[in-house]
This record gives sequence, structure tokens and C-alpha cells, in this order.
Amino acid sequence: MKCQKCDKPATFHITELTNGKPVELHLCEDHAREYLTASGTETSPPGSMASLLAQHIMAQKMQVGQTAQELAELDQQSCPFCGITFFEFRNQGRLGCPHDYSAFQPQLEPLILNIHGEVEHAGKRPRKSPKVSERRTLLIRLRREMKEAVSEERYERAKELRDEIRRIESEPLE
Amino acid sequence: MRESGEQAVDLNDLTKSTGEWLRGVGPESDIVISSRIRLARNLAEFPFISRTDDQQRAQIEKLMSEVVHQWRDDGDLLYLDLESLSNIDRHLLVERHLISRELAEGRGPRAVAIDPNETFSLMINEEDHLRLQVLQSGFDLKAVWEKVNRIDDIIEQRVVYAFHEHLGYLTACPTNVGTGLRVSVMLHLPALVITRQIEKVFRSLQKINLAVRGLFGEGSQAMGDFYQISNQITLGRSEEELIRQVSEVVPVIIDYERQAREFLIKESHESLHDRVSRAFGILCTAQTISSEETMHLLSSVRMGVNLGLLPDLKIPSVNELFIRTQPAHLQKLAGGELETTDRNIERARFLHRYLNQESGGQAYGDAN
Repeated sequence: MKCQKCDKPATFHITELTNGKPVELHLCEDHAREYLTASGTETSPPGSMASLLAQHIMAQKMQVGQTAQELAELDQQSCPFCGITFFEFRNQGRLGCPHDYSAFQPQLEPLILNIHGEVEHAGKRPRKSPKVSERRTLLIRLRREMKEAVSEERYERAKELRDEIRRIESEPLE
Repeated sequence: MRESGEQAVDLNDLTKSTGEWLRGVGPESDIVISSRIRLARNLAEFPFISRTDDQQRAQIEKLMSEVVHQWRDDGDLLYLDLESLSNIDRHLLVERHLISRELAEGRGPRAVAIDPNETFSLMINEEDHLRLQVLQSGFDLKAVWEKVNRIDDIIEQRVVYAFHEHLGYLTACPTNVGTGLRVSVMLHLPALVITRQIEKVFRSLQKINLAVRGLFGEGSQAMGDFYQISNQITLGRSEEELIRQVSEVVPVIIDYERQAREFLIKESHESLHDRVSRAFGILCTAQTISSEETMHLLSSVRMGVNLGLLPDLKIPSVNELFIRTQPAHLQKLAGGELETTDRNIERARFLHRYLNQESGGQAYGDAN
């Protein structure tokens, strides 16, 4: 794909929310930089997810000197629980499930640091232990696998998964 | 619990009054309209909303409606299924700040639970599975936080929230992760706009990581000189610290606005009085008027009432007009959808009737 502003290949794909409507931008590195510098001050709110993400990805690219191929590989990584790829997250600015924070930890941590200036929660905690929360999140994967097993007629596997799901669902909340 | 069959009646009731947050009471209520805190929460066992199908959204909605029913069995919580509401009703809720535009215009199973005086709402299947908000008139973030924190505790006993040892409450967008907390104080700042100091205030707020938004939140225009000040950061600080930061900066802005008002009274009393009186005159006598113009003029009128320039009008009435002249409220009153042209005529009629009544029939006579 060509850059929208010149004939160079578009390596940055930015989705901006303008008045609540997503607008797609495909730009080369130079024009992306120009766009982001301008958008930081005028066109888009400084905290907008799209500019943060794009800025972050660009910073990563500049610093680490990653090749386009390496970036593409990072983009294609997917969460084993919900199946979302990092590319999809980058495009829509929304994660797919709680496990994404673990699955994409290397990519997300610098981004979170960029947004909040911190990476460690310092506020309220539920009375339940985070382990209970993690066990419950496992259900997202098990239910997805069960659905797949049923559609592929692997009923033995589906039955095992169903039992495991029931076991977790019946665990006490505390 | 009032539900489905009675919904239409309930929403009609809503249009006849305003929510608690517009009562115009509470600390600093001449400048601070409302204090609001929302918490973003997700259920650990479901994908975030963008990865759920309708079946999963229906499961979340059902689970949460049961939680809400069990917890408020005293029967006074209004539970609304967004899919069964008309377009006008959904936007009516947006105009009353009970739901977001995103929830109103979203798709699939989604709902909202609202308490009778409209200080609390729980959105189900918005950007996150749950969005809890408490909204009160005036400047009292402490009371608002205590209330929303208590409700969060109650819900937490009945569900498993997505929570991470190091990152805190997990949210669909990493901009909300950690506390999931957004505190917003809505301010009416007409004098800072007139004296062209508002941009300066914004720039200094941005430097300390606070966001400024319009009347209807993210992406909305600052209509009627209303501005919402809120935190950007949600991680790495406690809820109390995040709230304190906003609490400390708001009095400074209030002070600037008061100084600007004093300056206007002292330096240009005639032109200020003229501005307020003209605004009132147009609102009383216009035959057709847009929403934008109404907001703009009401803003001058509101400041005029606060400065004692319009002794017959009261702040709660002006606050009420800001909401009741919005498109969905007018259409609800008219009993059906109206084109913009007809809405503008309906709005002018409504203002004429309302202001005439409020000022004991003086308004129309004066203006003529």
C-alpha cells in the first residue's frame, strides 16, 4: 500500500477517532512523523489512544531499530485465550480479554509506562486474590476450545473441557 | 424493580424533572455543576466487549441483571434494556448523563441500572463490561467517591473482577487500567471564555496530566461554556491520590472564574448587563432557535443569575433548561421524532412558556 501523501510505501496504519467515527490513515514514516507531531498539538486530543499507540510503535522502531519484518512478526502474535492479534489491538485500540495483558506483556508494558508513567497498581484491591481472577479468565480459553472441539466433532476432548469448565465454575468465589 | 412494560411511563416521568446533579446545590454550585466518578470493571471469565459475540453479551447482561436484582430488592432501581428502547429514549438518557453515547449507539445486548434520583448508574456492556458512575450536584468528590466505592464493594462480592497482581483492574483500553477511575468535575466558566483566559487554563491543566472535555465528555464541544476537568492517568496512584489532584486544582479554577467575573462587573458592567439581558430577551421571544444558540445564550443568563442581574430567575431552573432544550428531551415532550426545523420551533415555544412561567409573566412583557 502506498502512503496517502506520497509514493513511498505506507508503513504506518493509524486509526483516529474523529467525532466518534474511526478514520483510517496509511502513511510512510516521514508523513507519519509529521502527522503525529501535528496531531499531538492540534487535530487529535493528546491522550487519544491512536496517537499514543502510533507514537509508541514509532519510538520502539526508532530505538530498537527493528526491521519491518520483525514488527510484522510482533503484530501477528496472538493471545491463546481470546485469539486477538497484537495488530488487531493496534488497529482498534481495544484489547480482547484480561489475559492479553500477560500475552502481550513485552509490547504493552512500554506503552502502559508511556500512558501512565507507572507500571504498578497502587490503588484498591478486591478482597479475592488475583489467583481467583486468573482461574476465571482461564474459562475464556476453555470455552473457546470446547466450541472448536464440538465443531470439529472431537467429542471426547469437548467432554474433558466441559468437565474442566464446570470444575472452575463451581469453585468458591472467595 | 420496575421493568420492561413500565419503561415508557418511567422515561416520560424523567422528562418532567431533572436529575439530582442539576439541582444547583452543594458546595461552589454557582460554578461547579457536578462532581462525577466512574469506575471501569470487567468480569474475569468473559472476553472484553470487542471480542464477545451476542450470546456472551447476553450472558453478561443476564448475570449482571441478577446481581442488580439481588442487591437492590427494595424495588426502586430502574433497569433498562437498551435494545428495547427507542432511539429518542436512548438519547434522552445520554442527555441526562446517565449513559454514554457509546452505549446508546452500540449494538447487541446492553443495559443500564439507574437509581430514582439519578445519582447512580451502572452501564452494562459498554466499552467495559461494567461502568459504575456516581454523579452529584456541586463540588463534593469525597461523598461521590465513598458512594461509588461502596457500590463497587457490593458488586465485587457477587462477581469475579478481572484483576492483575501488578496492573490492578484490567480494562479493554490500557488508558483505564489500574484503578479504572475517572473523576470529572463539570464547571461553568463563561467569564474565563469572555476574557479569553480559558486557553491558558487548559494549557496549564494539560501540563499536570489533567484532561479538559466538553459537556458530553470525550470528543464533545464545550457548549454553553461547560467544561469537564478529569484525570488522564489511572495507574500507579491510589484512587484517593487521583481524586486529590483534581480536588486541589478545581478551587484554583473557581477562583480564576470568580476573579474574571469581578473584573467584568467592575470594568464593563453595562456591556455585561446588556449581554445578559439580550440573551434573556432572545430566549423569551425567539420563534425558532437552535440548540447551539440556546446553550450559548443560557450560559450568559446563568452567569447573570449568579451575579444578581436577573433576580426573577433561579439557578436550578436555568440548569434544567440546559437539559430540557436538548433534542431528545424536546422530541420526548412533543411525543415523536422531529426534524431539525421543527425542533427549533418547538424549542423556542418551550423556552417561551417556561421562562414566562418562571418570571411570573414578566419575561415576555419586558422583552417586548
